[in-house]
Amino acid sequence: MSSSGAGAGSTDSTAARRNTKRPKYSKFTQQELPACKPILTPRAVISAFLLVSVVFVPVGVASLLASRKAVEIVYRYDSECIPKNVKNKVAYIQSSADKACSITLNVTKRMKSPIYIYYQLDNFYQNHRRYVKSRSDEQLRERSEENSTSTCKPEDMVNGKAIVPCGLIAWSLFNDTYSFSVNNRNLAVNKKGISWKSDRDHKFGKDVFPKNFQNSSIIGGASLNESIPLRDQEDLIVWMRTAALPTFRKLYGKIEEDLNEGQLINVTLKNNYNTYSFNGKKKLVLSTTTWLGGKNDFLGIAYLTVGGLCFFLALSFTVVYFVKPRQLGDPSYLSWNRNPGGH
Amino acid sequence: MRGGKRRMRKIRFSKIYSFALCGKGTLDLETQIGGLGFSRLVLCNEEEGVMQNYSDNSVSSTKYTAATFLPKSLFEQFRRVANFYFLVIGILAMTKLAPYTAVSAIVPLCVIVGATMLKEGIEDWRRKKQDIEVNNRKVRVHKGDGVFEYTEWKNLKVGNIVKVEKDQFFPADLLLLSSSYEDAVCYVETMNLDGETNLKLKQGLDVTSSLQDDYKFRDFKAVVKCEDPNANLYSFIGSMEFEEQKYPLSPQQLLLRDSKLRNTDYVFGVVIFTGHDTKVIQNSTDPPSKRSKIERKMDRIIYFLFCLLFLIAFVGSILFGIATKDDLENGVMKRWYLRPDDSTIFFDPKRVASAAVFHFLTALMLYGFFIPISLYFSIELVKVLQSIFINQDVHMYYEEADKPAYARTSNLNEELGQVDTILSDKTGTLTCNSMEFIKCSVAGVAYGRGVTEVEQALDKKTSSPLIHEHVYGTESESDENRKSSDGKARIKGFNFTDERIMNGNWVNEPHADVIQKFFRVLAICHTAIPEVDEDTGNVSYEAESPDEAAFVISAKEIGFEFFKRTQTSLSVNEWDPVSGKKVERMYQLLNVLEFNSSRKRMSVIVKDEEGRILLLCKGADSVMFERLALNGREFQDKTLEHVQQYADAGLRTLILAYRELDENEYKEFNNAFYEAKNSVTADRETLIEELSNKVERNLILLGTTAVEDKLQNGVPDCIERLACAGIKIWVLTGDKMETAINIGFSCSLLRQGMRQIIIHLDTPEIQALEKEGDKMAISKASRESVCHQISEAALRLNASRGTSQQAFALIIDGKSLVYALEDNMKNMFLDLAIHCASVICCRSSPKQKALVTKLVKSGTGKTTLAIGDGANDVGMLQEADIGIGISGFEGMQAVMSSDIAIAQFRYLERLLLVHGHWCYRRMSSMICYFFYKNITFGFTLFLYEVYASFSGEPAYNDWFLSLYSILFSSLPVIALGVLDQDVSARYCLKFPKLYQQGVQNVLFRWRRILSWMLNGFISATMVFFFCIKAMEIQAFNEEGRTTGRDILGATMYTCVVWIVNLQMALTIRYFTLIQHIFISGSIALWYLFLVVYGAMPSKISGNAYKVFIETLAPSPSYWKGVTPTTVDCSAF
Repeated sequence: MSSSGAGAGSTDSTAARRNTKRPKYSKFTQQELPACKPILTPRAVISAFLLVSVVFVPVGVASLLASRKAVEIVYRYDSECIPKNVKNKVAYIQSSADKACSITLNVTKRMKSPIYIYYQLDNFYQNHRRYVKSRSDEQLRERSEENSTSTCKPEDMVNGKAIVPCGLIAWSLFNDTYSFSVNNRNLAVNKKGISWKSDRDHKFGKDVFPKNFQNSSIIGGASLNESIPLRDQEDLIVWMRTAALPTFRKLYGKIEEDLNEGQLINVTLKNNYNTYSFNGKKKLVLSTTTWLGGKNDFLGIAYLTVGGLCFFLALSFTVVYFVKPRQLGDPSYLSWNRNPGGH
Repeated sequence: MRGGKRRMRKIRFSKIYSFALCGKGTLDLETQIGGLGFSRLVLCNEEEGVMQNYSDNSVSSTKYTAATFLPKSLFEQFRRVANFYFLVIGILAMTKLAPYTAVSAIVPLCVIVGATMLKEGIEDWRRKKQDIEVNNRKVRVHKGDGVFEYTEWKNLKVGNIVKVEKDQFFPADLLLLSSSYEDAVCYVETMNLDGETNLKLKQGLDVTSSLQDDYKFRDFKAVVKCEDPNANLYSFIGSMEFEEQKYPLSPQQLLLRDSKLRNTDYVFGVVIFTGHDTKVIQNSTDPPSKRSKIERKMDRIIYFLFCLLFLIAFVGSILFGIATKDDLENGVMKRWYLRPDDSTIFFDPKRVASAAVFHFLTALMLYGFFIPISLYFSIELVKVLQSIFINQDVHMYYEEADKPAYARTSNLNEELGQVDTILSDKTGTLTCNSMEFIKCSVAGVAYGRGVTEVEQALDKKTSSPLIHEHVYGTESESDENRKSSDGKARIKGFNFTDERIMNGNWVNEPHADVIQKFFRVLAICHTAIPEVDEDTGNVSYEAESPDEAAFVISAKEIGFEFFKRTQTSLSVNEWDPVSGKKVERMYQLLNVLEFNSSRKRMSVIVKDEEGRILLLCKGADSVMFERLALNGREFQDKTLEHVQQYADAGLRTLILAYRELDENEYKEFNNAFYEAKNSVTADRETLIEELSNKVERNLILLGTTAVEDKLQNGVPDCIERLACAGIKIWVLTGDKMETAINIGFSCSLLRQGMRQIIIHLDTPEIQALEKEGDKMAISKASRESVCHQISEAALRLNASRGTSQQAFALIIDGKSLVYALEDNMKNMFLDLAIHCASVICCRSSPKQKALVTKLVKSGTGKTTLAIGDGANDVGMLQEADIGIGISGFEGMQAVMSSDIAIAQFRYLERLLLVHGHWCYRRMSSMICYFFYKNITFGFTLFLYEVYASFSGEPAYNDWFLSLYSILFSSLPVIALGVLDQDVSARYCLKFPKLYQQGVQNVLFRWRRILSWMLNGFISATMVFFFCIKAMEIQAFNEEGRTTGRDILGATMYTCVVWIVNLQMALTIRYFTLIQHIFISGSIALWYLFLVVYGAMPSKISGNAYKVFIETLAPSPSYWKGVTPTTVDCSAF
């Protein structure tokens, strides 16, 4: 049956062409697409490495220079700000005594405005799952969602009333305060604009006011002014954006004034925040920034290392290439003709 | 007109077949009828409603039905470990344990499972359509009152009377009642059952043979009792009660479903077995779902990853437990900001053990990214696409039959690249199964200028020892040359050119009379049936074997045209040398002495017009030379020499001889013969054989024919190149040993100078035992003999292995194979066989083929590929790791049970060396890469946990997590799996050695897999530490803001996306535009996603809100941080 069909088809070539099962030729179906087939020839490898090093070394140098330009003053005050005679630091910090403390910072290098003020905590797991999840974004955003506090346990309700802002993050808000003076002249600390704009505009409502906050039996951190909407509580907003790692800095404010080399800054701080329970350190940081951000040599060094390594590899490959060249496509190098290695 | 023709054909053909046909008694078995296993009762021709409760005739080959599809396919899906794991994760994600939202965990799973189920459904729908086609074929069935009406196959019931017409398939297993021939014989083609193309003769009982017309069935009633449905094709036991008489039934009366009525106008039959009870379907086992070695290994890798996952989760939960316990000591809170005094069970320091256990579950979910969820689906998708490439390959399209390659399952693509042993059928696979008369030697003179393929192959080898560049064009060109050199259209079965013989020139040859007799023998000594096309006068032949057809056709071409067969005579148009005209001569057919495999010859006794009684005989050289008369050996030496030459040229030879019988001698023989034929004693056959033996003596040699079982195009080349690629080839054939060896030579499987080890049981001792008929003794002697032969051969092999480079070829016949495959001997046999360069198993049954395949597969542990075209190869195809069906002729049985169907053997080369090589490479790279990318991703999560006191907080946003596998890293890897090629097709074929890469599994060794994994771990470590160092604590932009979890997470994620995609770019060897788009597209897609997702209301996007727009994009340190990390990791 089928053979007769084919026979009839072959007499009529157009019909045959229409009915044939012959696969249509296309470069794609025949797997003959034009392609670049990079072969790792010694020349190509060496030039690739050289190219990388040529790009990376200057970038590395630039980064390193930028990092060096940033000036940073770091001062650890957690142990210093506890009176010498206090044995139980935790009990001291939890007491209601006045915990004012005064320290002096030495400006080692001229710092141009704006100078950013950070507090740095150590061994503080803001990225702990229990901690991260313990917040209610709905409640922060909208006044009507005030009672959606189910994710905030155990800091969700006090005396049957919803806490705004609820959750562990808000509850443990950092509450050390700093004031700065140079030569007995107070330095103004600008606390406006330290948070991300998107947080202010979309995550914290302008009609959401703190309620029942820090009213429970155990007091965590700072309390909030109940007459200021959450949107304007920038310290809270900064704090609520949880840090990625257990050691972190958070922006406290800005000093919009240049500081000269050799100037002494007197800092009066209130050492309220309890890091003593978990042996965390507290540091005060003043830093300027460059186009690359704060002071961190790592990136520059990394670029330089990679660039240098590539240069070295290029060099050594060149040496190998000239001393002991091998022919391309030598079957004795096929992996099953020798011991397979690498990938 | 038609009626007249029919009458002409009503000859008692059963007379031609002198013996070996008529039913051997099943009398001894008859007692079993009605007993256990023989309970079937068929009431023939009963009215509707009286029918017994047997299944109907519809068949179904689908995996699912509409009702079972959902549960069954879901079950199939979740039987996979990884899918089940993700299901459990999905369910767990709904609890509070989850580190991420439930939706983000379930969506990917649904996508993957849904897509896979869709694919299953489409495949099953195709099978369904095929079933519907078969079930709705029409057949004429008796509706009562002698009226036959068309009905669908599926409506047939047991006991129905059906009328099947010429060239139709039998719709069920039928009991033959009568046919268009008077004596109820019919011809059946069993191509679909056993792959044999020759016609088989079936004969109904005498008592029913008169039921030749529709109306006669009006009152027909009979009761058939027979065996229950079983799978044995060659046995049938039963009895028929008809007109109060009981008649035994044998397989001779059974017409099997899927065989075809040939050469007979119509038959009537009773439906005995229907639908799934038919022998064919009972025989077809469910195609075993085959999985490739790579996939099985992949499963082990997944288990390994699971172990790793559990280990990491375990370590994590212990460390978490310690940290949690530490939080509260004697009522003093350490990390007071976590409120450990008022905690949930998951974080409670007071119940730290259960907290740790719960955390373990959380960790399992979190680190689940080690297990690539989309792996299975991607693999399936890639395989389907790869199969499309196989199907679409124009180089594997067979113009003549209009058949492209067809991959029926896509599971085994990469297995094609790892084939170690090919087990091939011969007839129809290596050869076209069409014989061509190519040479002959008459009166000691060799005629025929044709060049056989073996000779061509030899020529090629000597003329150009260099590697032939394989271009498909040249092959067909040379073929065309061959055709055009003939000057005229080729005649099937005839490829003979010699001007000394052709066009009547033979008259001028010195031994013209011998030549005349020679071709007369060819024209007369056969059992073929001529069919005259009434319009053109052309004669075509239906012959039992292609050899015979070739003989008759060549006799016709030379000028001895056989055109008519009657009950008692044969008519031949002969070219008469005296008158120079065509003369019609009639030969009276007296007796036919049938061919069988032990006689190896056949003869006819005819009376010519002059009244001479001639015995014309043709047979194998091994039996013919000893039968020659003293005065008949004139040309013996020359002929022997030619026979040898022909055999070397890979041709099948037959010796032709004749003798004249005088009247008395013939009478004496005929009487004895007639008596013997009609005797009913057990030794009837031996009696007949002895008589034949006596009369076939004192023959006069005429010459020898040489027939080429034409190899398919390009087979020797293909086999040679496959051998170059290091693939071993075994031929398993049902043919006799001589033929198999000849073919072995012609397809360069056997070469001159190879030492042949032949294991057979045709020794005189065993033959003597066989005569005695003591089965125990036979099997004992045979076993010993085979064992002895194998061990002796092994010794010879071992002895020569050290000293010479000589190759060995093992040839074993079916009888010996029975013993060689026994448990205690099979290892010995296998050991011998794998040290031989080529192995040929001849006379092997379908079951033996399957057993040999199984032995090779399990004995060597290597990948086996079976290739065949007939239903007799089905077992082999299903048993082998890969079954390739040749879709050459009509037989679809092999194709239906194969994994991949190709039209010609030679396409195997491209299938293996090109597609197999590529697919293996692609698949192994793809799987390795999959593990790499997921480890890179998963391990960054773990490292982050180290810095989050193992609390189970993921470093990334929920949707980042779940979309990683699906969006940002899946497309390039699919492109790799579909498109990558290390070298072009041309080079794959040019350097077959490359194939060893797959055979030795270079690309998927544990070492390579582990080094990819290690690469993943190192990449993850680098990404993580680069990022946390670069973004540490300092302000990360000019506004003095510091990084939060969101920023670090997004940065790390970006690094990972870049790295895995660039690593992909380095892995790819074949960079088409598609890969370009996919790789850069994935990276771009990530940025796009970051922007779009970030722009969505913060309700949805959570902490990813505006992360990119506001914080990352303007920050040079983000950009700069990403670059060195990426470059560095890639360079590694």
